[in-house]
Parts: sequence; structure tokens; C-alpha cells
Amino acid sequence: MRKEDRSAFLRGRGKLKREIAELVKSWPVLRQLDGDPLGLGKSVQSNRSRTLEPRIAEADHVAQSICPFCAVGCAQLVYVKDGAVMQVEGDPASPISRGRLCPKGAATKNMHDGPLREYKVKYRRPYGTEWEELPLEQAMDMIVDRILRTREETWEETTREGNPAKRTMGIANLGGATLDNEENYLIKKLLTSLGVVQVENQARI
Amino acid sequence: MSTAVESYGADAKPRMGFFTDTTICIGCKACEVACKEWNLIPEDGRLWTGESYDNTSALGANSWRHVAFVEQRKPLKLDGEVAALDAEPLRWLMESDVCKHCTHAGCLDVCPTGALFRTEFGTVVVQEDVCNGCGYCVPACPFGVIDKRDLPRSPDDAPLALPIFGKKEDGRVWKCTLCYDRLKGGHEPACAKSCPTDSIQFGELDELRERADKRLEKLRAEHWNGARLYGNDPDDGVGGFGAFFLLLDEPEVYGLPPDPVVPTAHLPKLWLNTAVAAAALLTGIAVSFFGGRE
Amino acid sequence: MPSLGTSFGRGGATDYQQDLMNSDCITIMGSNMAENHPVGFQWVLEARERGAEVVHIDPRFTRTSAMSTKYIGIRAGSDIAFLGGVVNYILENDRWFHEYVRTYTNARVIIDDAYVDTEEADGLFSGWDPEQGKYDATTWQYKGMQVHGSGGSPEEGVKGEQSHGSHGGLLSHGDPPEEDWDLEHPRCVFQILKRHYARYTPEFVAETCGCTVEEFLWYADTICKNSGRERTGAFAYAVGWTQHTTGVQLIRSAAIIQLLLGNMGRPGGGIMALRGHASIQGSTDIPTLYNILPGYLVMPHTEHYGGLQKYIERSTAPAGWWGNADAYIVSLLKAWWGPAATKENEFCFSWLPRIDDDNSHYWTVQQMLKGKVKGYIVAGENPAVGSANGRAQRLGLAQLDWLVVRDLVEIETASFWYDSPEIESGELRTEQIPTEVFFMPASTHLEKDGSFTNTQRLLQWHFKAVEPKEDCRSELWFYYHLGKKIKEKLKESQDPKDWPVQHLTWEYGEQGGNEEPSASDVLREINGYDDHGQLLAAYKLLKADGSTSCGCWIYCGAYADGKNMAARKTPHWEQTYTALEWAWSWPANRRLLYNRASADPDGKAWSDRKELVWWDAEQKKWTGHDTPDFDEEKPPDYVPPDDAKGPDAIAGNHPFIMQADGLGWLYVPQGLEDGPLPTHYEPHESPFDNPLYSQRANPRRQQNKDLEEDPYNPVAGEGGSELFPYVVTTYRLTEHHTAGGMTRFTPYLSELQPQMFVEVHPDLARERGLEHGGWATIVTMRSAIEARVLVTDRMRPMKVNGAVRHQVGLPYHWGQRGLVTGGAANDLAHMALDPNVHIQEVKAFTCDIRPGRRPRGPKLAQFMDELRAEARAARATATRHEPEETRKT
Repeated sequence: MRKEDRSAFLRGRGKLKREIAELVKSWPVLRQLDGDPLGLGKSVQSNRSRTLEPRIAEADHVAQSICPFCAVGCAQLVYVKDGAVMQVEGDPASPISRGRLCPKGAATKNMHDGPLREYKVKYRRPYGTEWEELPLEQAMDMIVDRILRTREETWEETTREGNPAKRTMGIANLGGATLDNEENYLIKKLLTSLGVVQVENQARI
Repeated sequence: MSTAVESYGADAKPRMGFFTDTTICIGCKACEVACKEWNLIPEDGRLWTGESYDNTSALGANSWRHVAFVEQRKPLKLDGEVAALDAEPLRWLMESDVCKHCTHAGCLDVCPTGALFRTEFGTVVVQEDVCNGCGYCVPACPFGVIDKRDLPRSPDDAPLALPIFGKKEDGRVWKCTLCYDRLKGGHEPACAKSCPTDSIQFGELDELRERADKRLEKLRAEHWNGARLYGNDPDDGVGGFGAFFLLLDEPEVYGLPPDPVVPTAHLPKLWLNTAVAAAALLTGIAVSFFGGRE
Repeated sequence: MPSLGTSFGRGGATDYQQDLMNSDCITIMGSNMAENHPVGFQWVLEARERGAEVVHIDPRFTRTSAMSTKYIGIRAGSDIAFLGGVVNYILENDRWFHEYVRTYTNARVIIDDAYVDTEEADGLFSGWDPEQGKYDATTWQYKGMQVHGSGGSPEEGVKGEQSHGSHGGLLSHGDPPEEDWDLEHPRCVFQILKRHYARYTPEFVAETCGCTVEEFLWYADTICKNSGRERTGAFAYAVGWTQHTTGVQLIRSAAIIQLLLGNMGRPGGGIMALRGHASIQGSTDIPTLYNILPGYLVMPHTEHYGGLQKYIERSTAPAGWWGNADAYIVSLLKAWWGPAATKENEFCFSWLPRIDDDNSHYWTVQQMLKGKVKGYIVAGENPAVGSANGRAQRLGLAQLDWLVVRDLVEIETASFWYDSPEIESGELRTEQIPTEVFFMPASTHLEKDGSFTNTQRLLQWHFKAVEPKEDCRSELWFYYHLGKKIKEKLKESQDPKDWPVQHLTWEYGEQGGNEEPSASDVLREINGYDDHGQLLAAYKLLKADGSTSCGCWIYCGAYADGKNMAARKTPHWEQTYTALEWAWSWPANRRLLYNRASADPDGKAWSDRKELVWWDAEQKKWTGHDTPDFDEEKPPDYVPPDDAKGPDAIAGNHPFIMQADGLGWLYVPQGLEDGPLPTHYEPHESPFDNPLYSQRANPRRQQNKDLEEDPYNPVAGEGGSELFPYVVTTYRLTEHHTAGGMTRFTPYLSELQPQMFVEVHPDLARERGLEHGGWATIVTMRSAIEARVLVTDRMRPMKVNGAVRHQVGLPYHWGQRGLVTGGAANDLAHMALDPNVHIQEVKAFTCDIRPGRRPRGPKLAQFMDELRAEARAARATATRHEPEETRKT
């Protein structure tokens, strides 16, 4: 037997001995004798209870985030394991929220992996009566085609009075107050370059 | 109770609890949601009750925190210039209810399987891996907190012919654990952590009791109408709560028992009576037996 | 927010939430803060526990009222009457902060001789043109000044909002204005203010608003007592103020009070705008709005076409930080078009599209109904139930050629073609709707990097926690790849209209298997670079010669020294209470705006108790607990030389550095559509006459008189007004968010508020036979919806002008989809708008309420047809004529 194998064997044997001892000690009658005569405390603690840990202790990493609901801007800690969110709670470090969350913020994980969340593109053709499946890439290409077609059809180089307009009034975009600054920036930048001026969001609504 | 905590020897911790101060509760229900998220509690039904803003209705197996809403035609304060202005006073009481983690816990006393136990923090916890769903604890709680979980059957469940294998979690009892797992890892319970206004305060019970006394003093000086502590008295029928409250009216107004008594409080007396009766019976039998011989 | 913008210079909350704890009196009005901003409300309770008064003034007794030291009930739509009463009280009782008002506000400025007040013209200001339905603002100006191309100038046809973003107008020519430091000149702002509000007596307030005289006087005295050198009071508002046809003027009322009491720029003071979406402030700073470019630069106008120089002239103020508008626009153009933007081609300025009308959301809906808007992209918004007049919204969607909906769940805007109320009623038939619909699943914030700008102008970075699943993608991904594909398609095009997108800078690092663009790269571009490619540290470094680029000048510094300042997460316990090292706020990490005013004109704190920023005479600079919102080295006694321009033209004792005169504007000479001063008008729909004027409602409100899909209830004085006798107000609950897209699809929230309900007082329930827990149908000319009845004393009947009137309360979270469903309150609302910001009036309109459930199927359409016919017939018997229709002033 090689040296390292031997030591592993010994460790294993030691572990087995300890386990047997634990098992004997865990017999409730013995445990009650150990200072818990009524069997209300430690003596009835199950193995699970004894070794219990908060499950966030097993997180692979913790991401610092910000609550997506109202504009108070509470800070969140997102505990992640195996690529999935395991828990979202308040980040105590924030001078605004001090680790606290309202019911909406507290339900962030429930919203994130809610039962009605959609994961696939859905397509309804003109006059169609059903949703159809559509690959994401194809949907993107189709949207590009429609934007360019409508833009072409509705382009206004000048106003009726002859002033430069350089725009399309045939396309509109709505949304932004729930989005990131970076996203709003790309929306405004791209659509302005395409001559789309009807860009709006909840800041009015 | 002390005996049970002492069973942990050097591992015993100071008794931990909640002080829920209803004068700063905004009724947001963050506690209800944070509790559900952490403890992975199922939904509790989507029933609109019409009872003010309360659609949870009561504590149960699937609601370990419950915010009560009480609309009253009463002034918030009894004196001061504002009170004088209010011809038609109105106040809206909100209170986040929870398991009281009693000093003398009926549920714990009657549990025949050792599923319920007193933790090293002095809290009362159901062990989900031990509970067999006998339900003895349910009537033993003077607050109606502990409750059996009956999950509605879903099409995925096994057929009724195999009830034992078909059952998932249902049948066992559930209640607030004061986030036993979080406590063990040094985290405060999910509800207290989430509470936006710190209406739910978590800490060492002795310290919370002191804090509550000071708070009550301040509120009385400010003429708050009906301010009182509930469950802070170690001499009450359950030996004081591990989770106690500052209320603004009688406990009944919030749906809480005014003078809760642990049912097992009478056990020693019952045992004594039983012993006397048994002795009398034995004596009687003996007398009749021996007397009969004569 | 032109209300705050025109009053103080910037369209953002002036305060930060934690500072509310320093307040001695917090007025919450037009907001239900405890319910809608629960975690922010902790700072209000901190103040209350320290002894501050917390006063909630609202039509409903809410969870906020329950936590306040005093609740005052007023009827929906009467806020300006109440606040005007406070202004009158302050002036009549000499409770204003003399030194502050004289030095820091425009109270001393003398106004044009031709200005006529509403008090003299029965509810109209001077300059009203009944044919156009607009004001010519020429007579509202400072005496001796001329206007060119600013607010409401009729020869230009440019509306206020389209001429200067959301900030105040640009004063020009004739500076400095004529002034009277004694405030006695009959045409100085102070005296105009006095006359304007003289009729807003406590008795008037009580009769108009439905509170008692005693309650009003207690409040007015309380707010005055808690202002001055030693004490400060704060206001907190939300859409309860904004969503009125007088919304902007409503907020202006608070601005006037806060300036008169000297509460602006001081700890525990200010006006806290509480915004409802995670980045709603950000989406106006970097606007997804039609009328502005990033940093509140105006969109070029068709009639202003004259190239970059003309645009700069029109955007540049002679004094203040808008004096550097040339650097802001040129740097923006450089950020967008990089090397293609040269001095010779005016930095591609001519590539920007131009606007010439109100192109806001409700205008777009009307264009859809007319078939003019053909394609619509909706990202993270649900207009089918979230916008006023849901039926008009959905009928509009059914006219489109194509629609893209990006959301986490299948919201009503995506599903209107098969399950909307109009499908149920038979007004729409699925197989006859031409709209092609793409539903694109979105990423949550946990699945992407990026920054939100919260309600206190704070940019806070959120780090991606997990990868999105399957087809879910961020908006950043969607628009980036859309742009990339479009550029690829058009790369060979010779068409000049394709040049802007061909040359658009669009280089962002791609990450991971999804080719997600780097949000940090985008924020770097927003922050801006110098000509050596170094990230800029502050907006004062921006240049107009093309040597700097910056995607949003007010965000310059967010990536200073190559560090993502928005991602700073220094715990609050490691810094002082202003927490300057947690994230980053615009402008220049200043947390409390206009904080120069926390010191007296000489630069000393008004009091030790309210110390924040002060002049350090030894160091010769401004210093304090916050970043000074002032030129750090400009001494308090600085007097600008006559030829000074831009920031240099602002005096050392003028704290409002974005204003063209450095002053807080009690009176707004330029920048607003509906008058220089707030005055009480009834809501567009109201059962009451205006107690002040024969002019009933805001004459400048935007109405859609000829739009069949937006019919209005008859109002006071019109035949048929008795058909809609109640005032209705809509609102949110803690347990849900806006129109419910993120919450009624979420189990743990759905169970907390599982059904649409209507709140009514017991007397109204008796009057209408409504049963607690039963059903009621709520009816307007737009639609009829049903709800469960919640009878509660919290909905107080209001005694107004001697008569008792009831109010009806409707949360607006529901629609036909989700885990919990119910009638959409917005279906009842109309699309008459505030003229400055085009916001709908959902906080006060009229309705009827009847017991029982609504008619179903085709019977609903029939019921509505009959109701509309009845109301129109009744209205024809008695029509109302108001000054707005005929009188020229």
C-alpha cells in the first residue's frame, strides 16, 4: 500500500469510527440523559437541524444589483449557484436602503423565475389567429426589414413648407423608464440616426 | 424552557427574538414576501377578502408572517394640537403577526416525535425531516399559529391509491422558524432584514425588552392612543413571548388572544389529579378485593 | 420636469432621500410615499421619530396618512387652491424669509408693463389666442427684455417644451433686468404674487378643497414655523401631482412656497420628486423622449433650421451653465458620429431629424388610429392597459402594420389581437386585424450589467448575476444588434438619408455566446473622451471645437479617470451621511442641488443646525459636507463684469447656476405653456365650477375634441353632467407595480392583492346600493369596468362649495392577463393632457358607479353606445361656453 493510500485509509477508518460514535450518541434516550431530560432541546435535534446552514453559504458568487421596481433605488445582493439565482435580498451597504426591501423588491427572484415568464420568441402573422414559433435570428432580420421598409415608405425629407425634416413619422418607439441608461442611450442614438422622432417612455405616462 | 436551552451547554446562545413595533409598520407586507422567498413557502391562495388590505387573513402553514389591517374611527394621539383638529379621527393600524416562540410552548410540549424542539437560540422550530404530521401541536398553540400544510393535488401527483408515495410535503406542520438556518450562519431573519421601517426588530430578547420599555415610555409621553406592550411579560400564560409586540389597542382588535395560556400549563395539576384518582381507584379495588375475601 | 426645471434650473429632484431625515416638517402631497416608495419612507419615519411633523395632504387616507402626524383630506384636483392659500398666508402674514427671497429669487424683478394677470382677466393670462388655443408669452417677460424663439413665442410656433427641454427659458437682451430690492414696485414679481393669490384665503381654501379652515391654518402655520434660519421643511410629491392637466403648475406651486420660505438648497428642505420606475429619471436625462437630446438639449426644430450655429444661439443662455451649450451639443455629435463629424460639416448637425409638433405618446396613439404610424416598438411598457384610455390604445395597435413587444411576460400589449376587451365586445375581430406581432422575451436586471438613475439623480450600477435563458435578451442586445444589422444592410447605400446610420459610431465590445454588447463601453461613451482618448472627468472640460466627445454632458464624470463611478459600493458606515462614495449623482456628484443657498449671501451657514456648504475664506473656496453646487472658487461677493458670459456671468450670491440669471424663479417669464404663475383651474372633467373664474379648466390643456375614440364626460354647467357625478382618482398599491406587468404575473405579489377593487365611502355605498365585497361597475364615456367593492371610511366625502361630494378610488394594476386579473382603471381615463409635458389626467376625472357586474360580450359595446348617445343628447340641451373659446387677451 502506497503511503498516501494508507493515510487515506486510516482517515476513512477514523471517520467511520467517529460516525458510529455519533450514531450511538444520537440515540434520543442517550441524548436526553445528556442534560435534556424532557427531550425538548438538543437531544431531539435531528442531524439535518444540527448541521443546518443558510443555503446562501453555498453560493458560487454574490452579484451586487439594484432593485428594478420603483426609483428609490434599493441595493440588492444576488446569490448565485450553478448559474441560477438562489436568493435576492437587500444589500446593507446602501446608504439609501440599508439592506431593506419592500414586498416587490423582496419578490425579485419570484418575478425573475416566475411561472409566466416567456423564454421564446413568439410571432403572430397578419390576420393570424395563433402564435407561431420563430427563431430569434430570423425575428431580428424580419424586424430590420420592416423598419427599413416603413422608413422608406414614410420618409419626410422636408416639411410641407420646404424646411428640412429628415425623419419618418411612420415608426414609433415606447419604453425606457424601466431600462438602463445605456439601453436608453442606444435607443435614442440608433433611432435618431434613422430619423425616428417618436421615441417616448413612461416619464410622461 | 431554560432546561432545554441549557441542553446545548457551551453551544447555548442568548435567547433571540422579535420586537414588532406596530407604530412604525407601514403595512407593506415585505415581511410576508421575504419570508416566503427565503423559506420557499408555497403560495397561500389568491382570494380577495375585502378585509381592508389584508388578503392573507391569518398565519398558517403557508403564511408565516401575516400583516393585520384595522381601520378605526379613533385618534392616533389623545392630546396635542393635531388631536384637537380632528373632528372625525381615523386611524389605520397595521401589525405584522408571527409565531410567538413562547417561553412555555404548547406545541413543543405535546409533540410526541421530537419534531418540535427548542434551539440553542431559545426559539421553537419544527424539524421537517422528523415531523410525521400527527397534528397534536395544532390545538396546543393558544394563538393558532402552527398549522398543517395541505397542498392541493396537482395532475403530477401520484394516484390516490398510493397516498403515501403520492404525497409530497403535505400533511406536516409548518410555522416560523425565526430563520433557524440564517441564525446559524449569522444572518438575521429574512422578515426583519427586509422590513423597510424596522418595525420588525430582531435581537437578543433581553435587549429588545429594554428597548421596548423605552419606546413605550416615549410614546406615552407623546400621547399615543392605546400604546401598550403585548407578550413582554415573563409571568404571562406562556411565560412571555420570544416575539412580542407594541400595539396601539387591545390585542383582540388585531385578532390576538388577550390572555394566552399554554394548554399544557395545567399538566402538572392534571397529572396530580390523575395520580390521586388512580390511587383512590387502586385503594377501592384493594378494599373491595380484600373486603370481599372476608 | 419643466416645473422644477423652470423654477430652479434642473428637471430633477432637488434633494436626496436620506436627507429627509434632516427635515423639521415634511409635506407629502400628490404622493402616497409609504405605499409606493416604502424603503425611501424610512427616512420620513426617521424624521418623525426625531420630532418632525409629517403632513399628508391627499384625497384618500392611505398607508402614508396612517403614518403621518397629521392627515388633511382635500378633494382630488384642488391642490393648487390649497397651495395658493399657503402662498397667500405666507405673504399676508409676513412669514417669508426676507434675506433669502430678496437675494436668491426673482421676487425683485420688474415684469413687462403689458402683463395681465388671471385675476384681472377672469382666468386668462395676457397673450391668449382663442383661435390657436395658445398663449403668446411676450408680455410675461422681465421688463426691458425681448424674447427670441423661447417659450410660447407665436411667430416661431415653437412650444415651450420643444424650445428648451425641461429647464427654464433663456433670458436675453436687456440683462440685467430692472429690479426693486424693496419689493414694493407694483409690477415687481413679489407684488404680482401678492395680488395673484390675494383671494386664496383660508375660507376659500376650505370651501374649494373640502378641508376645514382650522386644518388649513394649522398647516400653514406649521410649515412656516419649520422654516427659516434654524429650521427647514421639505416637500415630497409623485404622480399625484404630475398627472393633471395642471400638473406642471401644481409642482410650481410648491416651488414658490419653498422659495418664499427659503427651503431650497438646504438640508432637510427642497422638493423630493418621487419617481415610480427604476430609471425614469435616467430616461429623461438620456431621453427616450421625442423633444430632447441627451442632457436636456432640445431636438432641432424644422422651423429653426439654420444649421449648428443657429441652434447654438438658440440653446445658449447669456449666463449660467447653459452658456456652454455649444460644447454640449458638439461633444454629443462627436460621440455619435466620431470622425465623420468635422468642423467643416458642422459636426453632422444636419443629420439630426427635426420635430415641429407634439410627437409625444398620446399624439402617436392618435396617429396610429389614423393609420399614419405603421410600425411600433414597445420595450418594457404596456400601453394597452398602462396608458390612459386603454380602448383607444388597443384600437390603435390594431391599425399597425407591425408591432414589436419586448417584455418578461406576455403582456396585454402583445396579446390585444386575441384577448382584449374589444375582442370580447366584438369591436375587433382577430382575423381582421392586420398587425404583425413579434413578441421578444426580455432579460431581467439580474441578467445584464447597466445603470439605473434613481429618484435622486443617482446612477447606480447593477452587475449581471446570471445569463439569460433561451431567447431572452437585454434591450442593449436588441438595439445594438438591430443597429448592427441595419448598418450591414445599408452599407452600400448611396442614399443621403442613410448616411447618419452608416457613419454612426457603433463599436461596443461583445461578450459571451450571446454577443452581448458591453454596457461599460456604452457608459464610457456617455461619459466622454478628450482628443487623446482619455475619459473626461467633468463637464466643465467639454469643448465646442470638436476635441471632446460626450454622449450626455450631465453624465460627464460618471466614468472619470477610467473608473465606473456608478459602480462604487462603499458601505454607508465607512463614510459621512451624504455618502458621496456610494455610486455617483449628476451633476458632478452633488447630492443636494443648489446647495450654495444653504449659506447666506456672505457664504456663511444660515445656522449651525442647518450647515451644509459654506465659503472657506482662508482656503478661498466653497467646502462642506456635500459637493458644492457652485463654482468652487467663486467668492460670495463676486460681481460679474459686464462682458461676462456663461457661468462667469453668475454672481457669487446667485445659487441657481443653471438659470439664466442665477435666481430661483417665483415667477416664470419663459418656459411654460400655461402661464407664469400657477392658478386654480378645475380638472378637465369636474362636477364643479371654478370658484375663481368663469374660465373653468386650464385653457391651454390639450384636448382631443374631434377624436371619436376619446369622448369626454359632460362637466359642471353642461347638460348630462349628472350622469357622471363622482370624482374618480387612480393609484397604486404597495403590493403591485404600475400596470402590473412585473407583479400580477408574480405569485408572491399576486396573492397579496389578488383582485381589482374600488374604494368607496359607506355613504356612497348606501347612495348607490353598493354592497361591501360585492361587485360594482364604474362608468365613463370611454368605457365601463367592474371591480369588487371595498367600503371604507378612508374615502372621505368632501364638502365642496357647500355640497357634499363623493370620490371613488381605483387602483390601476390590472388587466385581462396574469395570475390575477381585473378591469383596467386606465380604460376609464381620457387623453386630455397637461400642455407642458403631455401627461394625462388620471388623478381627477369624473365617473358614475353602479352596483353589479358590467355587461358582457357585445352587450358592453351596446351599453357604451347607449350611454354615449344619452350623454351627447343631454349635453346638446345645455352647452357651456368659456373664455378660452372666444376671448383674446
